[in-house]
Amino acid sequence: MLLLTEARRAARTALALLSSAIQLAVALTLLYLTSEAAWFIWPEGIGVYSLGDWPAPFGIVLVADRLAAVMLTLQAVLGLAVLVYSIARWDRPGQPFHTLLQALMMGVNGAFLTGDLFNLFVFVEILLAASYGLMLRGVGATRVGMGLHYLVVNIMASLLFLIGVAMIYGVAGTLNMADLASRFTGLSPDARALFDTGAGILGVAFLIKAGSWPLNFWLPGTYSAAVAPVGAAFAMLTKVGVYALLRVGTLMSEDEAAASMLGVMMFYFGLATLIAGTVGMIASHHLARLVSHSLVASTGILLAALGLGLEALTAPVLFYLIVSVLTTGIFFMVTGMTDRTRSVPSAAQPVEPPTPQAPFYTAFGVREPDPYGTDEEIGVAIPRAIVFLGLMFVSCVLLVTGLPPLPGFIAKFALLSTAIAAAPLAGLEPAAWTLATAVLVSGFAGVVALTRAGIRLFWTVTARTTPRLRVLEAAPVFFLVMLCIALGTAASPIMSYLERTAASLHEPQDYIRIVLAPGGAVVEAAP
Amino acid sequence: MEVVFAIAIGVLVGSGVWLALRPRTFQVLMGLTLLSYATNLFIFGMGRLKIGRAPIIAEAGPDAALYADPLPQALVLTAIVIGFGTTALLLVLLLALRALSGTDHVDGRDEGSEARRRATRARAGMPVLAQRTDAGMDAGGRATQARAGMPAVEQRREQLPGAVAGEGH
Repeated sequence: MLLLTEARRAARTALALLSSAIQLAVALTLLYLTSEAAWFIWPEGIGVYSLGDWPAPFGIVLVADRLAAVMLTLQAVLGLAVLVYSIARWDRPGQPFHTLLQALMMGVNGAFLTGDLFNLFVFVEILLAASYGLMLRGVGATRVGMGLHYLVVNIMASLLFLIGVAMIYGVAGTLNMADLASRFTGLSPDARALFDTGAGILGVAFLIKAGSWPLNFWLPGTYSAAVAPVGAAFAMLTKVGVYALLRVGTLMSEDEAAASMLGVMMFYFGLATLIAGTVGMIASHHLARLVSHSLVASTGILLAALGLGLEALTAPVLFYLIVSVLTTGIFFMVTGMTDRTRSVPSAAQPVEPPTPQAPFYTAFGVREPDPYGTDEEIGVAIPRAIVFLGLMFVSCVLLVTGLPPLPGFIAKFALLSTAIAAAPLAGLEPAAWTLATAVLVSGFAGVVALTRAGIRLFWTVTARTTPRLRVLEAAPVFFLVMLCIALGTAASPIMSYLERTAASLHEPQDYIRIVLAPGGAVVEAAP
Repeated sequence: MEVVFAIAIGVLVGSGVWLALRPRTFQVLMGLTLLSYATNLFIFGMGRLKIGRAPIIAEAGPDAALYADPLPQALVLTAIVIGFGTTALLLVLLLALRALSGTDHVDGRDEGSEARRRATRARAGMPVLAQRTDAGMDAGGRATQARAGMPAVEQRREQLPGAVAGEGH
């Protein structure tokens, strides 16, 4: 795609669409292959691909298990929606969007599939490099300033990642995740202390990427300074950090119950992140910042739930993860459309190429109101665009705050009910009740903040223009909302699939055995 | 040998962290560069320091004590390349921020220097203009008064009482 010059825009767009469609097809295939329906191909539901056909501890392996398949499908769906949304007006000469988006998706897909710690670092760097380029798109002073902060913070996080990986390698002698899992119990106490230190540093790097509280001050500024489709594409990036914590944590846990890599601290970090995100939501005036803070709050819920260390919580966490990624994507795309209702560009918004004032009255078939006319109007004519945007906004509010009937409610309910039910067995009742209280309070605060934003956007009709929406922009948002409704309707089979996913996560022996097996389920490299 | 190595890494990390916390973008860039040097040395050192050993298996046979560990060296190469790319991008961003905001402060606005300028002008009894977007502050501030003030699109800031000891950078 880089080779196609700017004049061949249609070819580039077609290539991007084809690539995303193929990614979606492959992800769905993997979803099928890792489930029990395809037992004849992969008996355990875990597929291993050795790069260069080198056996596991020496070569890099790509492992597709159920969790990876779920995350891949999520990313493919989100990527395709963002791509279609961006075709409307975001691919311009000199500011490549499709190329960087494909690179971003490559990094995310690789990060989900890899079975090697340093390979995880490389894929995360790929996706970060693409995200720098995407975030800086449409250069303006605010955006460049935020981009500088984003870049510096992520360089520091990468350095911490490297230090953690180096310590783990120096102590254990291997970087393959399955091999590490089989080796780390046999370490001497001194070596084990170093290993724990390395794992802690690695965990801090993952927390920075996930946007946990003391380390996430870069997140709201960066995500709100980026343009709308970029924000929607970034919805997945923090979840890569959460995925890494989950993957490394479940592989390296000695007893089956502890699913958290950083121990009890992850619960406190998660709570602090949730509170910080909630406070940020109430304090935000601009909708993009509000959405960024809601992303922080959802990440906080995920981290706190994972930090409780209850095995039964992993499946609701995954369901909530899916819902929150889709929600954030939808919300950022809606933000992009509602920003065009602004009739005066505000100082806080980075300078965008000016949208021509649309002749909205004639475009929507409403008679231009005659200023000297005497015909009485019974009601206010609401243009179709505003109706659509309002409905999408209301769906986002329901999803973010967890109100019925959309799956935000189902996800939060599953999370809280499982936490409260499973906590007494592990003596974690105060923690579970604290989490439940925090989640419910943040939901209430989210309702307050989002309702205020919605009233300002849709009900105060002064100084607002009606945006012209193209089908290419509206269709992905509509499709994603329909997908969320379908998720909510089909929640039961999805939850049972996720429960099987969580069960396979908490028994890493299968994963370890299949990855390290010399001949067993290894897929031969294509000749 | 390990002590020297450890002290070297420590010095690099200490200098790098100090620089990275400075308010000027170029200092931050140099700090991150030093930190990446330290990290690369650390990764290399994880392969155990051996003097005079090659990482390539020769005819001498597969005795591990005769070779240096090649894997950390490969990791370091990868890390150097990635660090080089991101440093280049950081440099471009630094220049773009300087061009767009007129100052090389990491926040895009230079508040300490503005405070000094306002204090100097207040002491001299001269009117305080609106926020300047032009950099190149010298300590006195008088020479820059000749420059045409930017149109005051924002409200006037309050004058700082008395002489404010501007925070040294």
